[in-house]
Amino acid sequence: MAKQREIGKAGWGRSLFAGIVGLIYFFPVLWIILTAFKTRTDALEIPPKFLFSPTLDNFRSVFFRASISSDSSQATNFILYFFNSIFIAGTAVLLALIIGTLAAYAFSRHPLKGNDTYLFIILTTRMMPPIVVIIPIFLMFRLTGLAGSYWGIILLYTAFNIPFSVWLVKSFFDELNPEIEDAARMDGASDWRVFFGTCIPQIVAGLAATFVFGLILTWNEFLFALLLTGVETRTVPVAMARTLGGEVGVDYGLLAAIVTLFLIPIFFVTFLLQNQLLRGVTFGTVKK
Amino acid sequence: MSVDLKQVSKIYGSLTAVDAIDLDVQDGEVLCLLGPSGCGKTTTLRLVAGLETANGGDINIGDKRVNDLAARDRNVAMSFQFYALYPSLSVAKNLAFPLHAERLSRSEIDAKVAETSRVLQLDSILDRLPGQLAEGEKQRVAVGRSIIRDPTCFLFDEPLSRLDVQLREEMRGEIKEVLQGLSKPTVIVTHDQLEALTMADRIAVMRDGRIEQVDTPHNVFSQPANLFVAGFIGTPQMNLLPATFQQALSSGSATGGLGEFVVTGNQVVQLPLNSDAAALKPGTKVTLGVRPRNLQLQSEGDAGTLSMKVDLIEPMGAETLAHLRDDHNEMRVVIDWRTPIDEGESVHVRFMPGSTHIFADDEQLVTTL
Repeated sequence: MAKQREIGKAGWGRSLFAGIVGLIYFFPVLWIILTAFKTRTDALEIPPKFLFSPTLDNFRSVFFRASISSDSSQATNFILYFFNSIFIAGTAVLLALIIGTLAAYAFSRHPLKGNDTYLFIILTTRMMPPIVVIIPIFLMFRLTGLAGSYWGIILLYTAFNIPFSVWLVKSFFDELNPEIEDAARMDGASDWRVFFGTCIPQIVAGLAATFVFGLILTWNEFLFALLLTGVETRTVPVAMARTLGGEVGVDYGLLAAIVTLFLIPIFFVTFLLQNQLLRGVTFGTVKK
Repeated sequence: MSVDLKQVSKIYGSLTAVDAIDLDVQDGEVLCLLGPSGCGKTTTLRLVAGLETANGGDINIGDKRVNDLAARDRNVAMSFQFYALYPSLSVAKNLAFPLHAERLSRSEIDAKVAETSRVLQLDSILDRLPGQLAEGEKQRVAVGRSIIRDPTCFLFDEPLSRLDVQLREEMRGEIKEVLQGLSKPTVIVTHDQLEALTMADRIAVMRDGRIEQVDTPHNVFSQPANLFVAGFIGTPQMNLLPATFQQALSSGSATGGLGEFVVTGNQVVQLPLNSDAAALKPGTKVTLGVRPRNLQLQSEGDAGTLSMKVDLIEPMGAETLAHLRDDHNEMRVVIDWRTPIDEGESVHVRFMPGSTHIFADDEQLVTTL
């Protein structure tokens, strides 16, 4: 049984050192968040200002663009883009996780002849840089009419996430004690009940970790989103890039505000699942 | 109900894990499969359970051949070495798990869980998760989960191997009591002979996928069928001395006379013969087997003793284990702790009557003198 850890037991010296390292890692993110609250002049100040009067103007202009020609401001499509990002990434990663988990269980418990070869083949799809396949995929999507649709980009992201899901989840299944499944079988459980009733509950933490990792990768994807989403299905990274070419140069404050908003869902999911995540990434490294 | 195995085999690639074994377990009988690691005892258990598929032979439970039935259709209860409790379910839900397959109503399930937890004193921990239980509690939950329904037979894989010595003794008694109340055929796999000797009605000693001997604990101990069983059962281990039968001194009557055995290294010892031993041809190579507790030390040698030197003394509390040797052989003798004895001392060892086993060249028991 795990001993309750004593908080702060590492002592001041180590805690301070860890704090400094943590700050170095977090600094770029902090800078972006601070910039989001700065006026345009403050944002461009060098050296950067850490004391300034915060403003929410940048956040307002994410959703409402002031128009030069008239007094009324014009609504941007960013609400839609945020929805698109969440919907597309969430659906694709979830689908990949479901398909990947089923496949991983089969690979782990009912190995085929040449099991490792199949697993290797699945992984090869992630071995080349995405740019290599972008032209054929673009052509295929045009031909099938998938380009610009939700299902097109979701399908693609699902396919991208499956190898990762299969490999990771398989390692979780491999770590499980097979006796428990035997016991369930002896206790009269059907194969479905063995799977859902005994295996899945044991790897929930691992599934959560897999989900978050996949989500972060997909959330930030730019290249395919740029080429394969349309006006209606545009995701935040693509929309963000398009704000760069504004009428009045790069608005760093606006960009920082978008990034800050863009971080929130990932922060939220990670925070929500953090206990599971910790257990998920250390899965199997601790003796049963 | 009974469990009956006929010529059952299990082959993994080039390895024959279980080699055409015959075994039957009667209603209410507890049979222990005992043997060293890798002897096929767990595989045998899993064959009965339906977790492995036999490559040949018949497995019958009751009057039914179950070879082609899936594990979940055999209605066999099995308890696993590592308990195999469902980590995400509470103790109560672990106990109830097998009942779901029987399509019982909520209230019937609750009643059975209550009854089982009362028998095994699990009431206070029903809401806990397996991860929060002590080893002994886990073991009791595992036992509870197998006895909660009404299976055709019970299988236990190394039920006590994970417990510490004290708890093991306690649980041994507890499990034995529970099993007696159930009166179903029960198979227990163990590598611990004490467990087998105390819990079993009969013991099947296995080696290399074969059954070497099936008999009551007492007979396995006192009449080992061959050298392997003789060496495997009993602590300290039986002394096994290579010897040659030289001659019968007086002509073999039914009561026998004396016979001379030359133990390797040319020490001659005379033992009283019975008719089976008297029938041995002079010059036959044999192995003399005698347990350390069936030897006596005396200070004066005679024709019925071997001369040895005391090599090492190990006090074991009420008794002392003395390691003896001459130039060719080693022996172990258990003596009362009060017996004065020193390392390096010369002693003479007498074989107590009725306790010397004679094994032939093919390792099978010939007779016991």
